[in-house]
Amino acid sequence: MEFKLILFYVLSAILVGSSLGVITSRNPVNAAMFLVLSFFTAGAVWMLAQAEFLAIVLILVYVGAVMVLFLFVVMMLDINFDRLRQGFWSYLPLGALIGILMILEMSIVLGGQYFQVLDTPLPPELANSSNTKDLGLLLYTQYTYPDQVAAAILLVAIIAAIILTYRGRKDTKRQVIADQVAVKAADRLRVVKMDAVKPQPAVTAAPESEAGDGAAK
Amino acid sequence: MLTLSHFLVLAAVLFGISVIGLFLNRKNLIILLMAIELMLLAVNTNFIAFSHFLQDLNGQVFVFFILAVAAAESAIGLAILVVLFRNLSTIHVDDLDRMKG
Repeated sequence: MEFKLILFYVLSAILVGSSLGVITSRNPVNAAMFLVLSFFTAGAVWMLAQAEFLAIVLILVYVGAVMVLFLFVVMMLDINFDRLRQGFWSYLPLGALIGILMILEMSIVLGGQYFQVLDTPLPPELANSSNTKDLGLLLYTQYTYPDQVAAAILLVAIIAAIILTYRGRKDTKRQVIADQVAVKAADRLRVVKMDAVKPQPAVTAAPESEAGDGAAK
Repeated sequence: MLTLSHFLVLAAVLFGISVIGLFLNRKNLIILLMAIELMLLAVNTNFIAFSHFLQDLNGQVFVFFILAVAAAESAIGLAILVVLFRNLSTIHVDDLDRMKG
């Protein structure tokens, strides 16, 4: 067996083992760590298929960003995980039957003679060029419009995630334009009926005030 | 020799494992999201294998776009999960029956 084949089998064993760990581990933090391991190993498998740029992108974007997001959410939420495990094994027979049948069917088809494509050596003009450069040339010429659409999707995702989780500050005072427009004159201004000339109050307390002045002196 | 079918069978096994994971963890939304990420990884492995063995770089461009969409999907999914937990104090799938008539 050549070295690449041995490497492939070792990486596949790690990948399958860690993805089994993702779906069976009791604690979601462990599941997230197993998922990190499987993404990392998948990056190595992709590098074996000479997709160097995407292997690095997988590790940077997934292990670096998405899995950290998963870990944040798992650790922030105070969840009773025992209740989530109820009936965990009761669906195993059905799930395992369907999954193993799918794997067997796909293996029969994909392991057949028509997929035994060998690794042909690249033509020299491709073998000497960099994978990143070729991918960039393709992405910014032929796939420019899909690239812009992908950027728009990411922008929409940012806005959606912020809007969903934003609660706003409690202590800010802000204008409510709708209330300002809908205000009536009666809400702001009260017209009070008054007489044109006020009646003079009767002067009756004059002797008392004189007595008060005398006491003060 | 390493052939195309090695990669394809590996991706098929990965996909099957994540289908089993969807059955096992059907109460836990976080692990469900992780199983979906595993499925996308299997699909991407298929794209990369075909791209390498047929010597066509277009497959890798598709993987690029799938990665972008998957990142957006998991970000929005986790945001929905946080809002759900804030409102209901649970992420148990059986408690999410508000829409039931």
